[in-house]
Amino acid sequence: MSLISRYLEAHGVPTVVIGTARDIVEHCGVARFLFVDYPLGSPCGEPGNVAEQRDVFQQALDLLEQSEGPRSTREAGYRWGKGEDWKRLIFTEEQPFQDESAKAEWEVRNNEYRRLKAEGKI
Amino acid sequence: MEHVRYIDRTRDYYLSQGYDKTYEWAYFDDVPFTPLAKPLSECKVGLLGTSEVAVHFDPETEENPIVEEYFRGVYSIPADTPTQKLYSRTLDFDRNATTLDDVNSFYPIDRMREALADGRIGSMPDSVYGAYNNYSKRKVLEEEGPAVLEYCRADGVDVVVIVPI
Repeated sequence: MSLISRYLEAHGVPTVVIGTARDIVEHCGVARFLFVDYPLGSPCGEPGNVAEQRDVFQQALDLLEQSEGPRSTREAGYRWGKGEDWKRLIFTEEQPFQDESAKAEWEVRNNEYRRLKAEGKI
Repeated sequence: MEHVRYIDRTRDYYLSQGYDKTYEWAYFDDVPFTPLAKPLSECKVGLLGTSEVAVHFDPETEENPIVEEYFRGVYSIPADTPTQKLYSRTLDFDRNATTLDDVNSFYPIDRMREALADGRIGSMPDSVYGAYNNYSKRKVLEEEGPAVLEYCRADGVDVVVIVPI
């Protein structure tokens, strides 16, 4: 997604990225990045917390207006309400990233893609 | 607690899972930057996400409003789709920590509609956009970047809010 942001910026379209994977976005380098220190899946605020989501979105709009150059990173300033154990556990052997049903679904999608490709449909 | 170093963490994780190749994340020294050409209150603001947002529809009586390749590329969704019809099909999120039950926590379409109602942004295009994750950096730059730009130009979008899952 950072690459698409870069492509748009290079072609005259300003962007702001709202994301949780700070190292990945900053490694690539984007014009404007609102960093939300939340688990993958909730970059725009906790599910159901409308006030927080509203603030995150406003911060992204503020960043669009106020940034003066590339690599403008702003931290949204929120901490995950249920504690930060997720940071220790994500992508560890102790807690596999995908459960069995997600792995199975991933296989189904991959096989279907290969089939469509073999049939020349995509 | 410090933020998660996903590049290091995923490298170690996938090696431990038996994968022998590590993913080379995109890296650049230079970063392109386009300043806003006019106040946000006059801008048409686009929304692009990688959360594999889809639309619930009744296949008996309705057509899928999304035209897309099978889990590949860039697609658009009618911007007036009721939020309760939107959902995510992504497998790439921390299912142990959070849920995808609230679309607005990863695809802030209602928050954007509110910003429009408040006059904070000028307008929204008739479509909002999605892009599937693609591990080929070359394809993102040669195909998907241009596809998003084409949508933006066709819809008159001035700026884009981009949300990776």
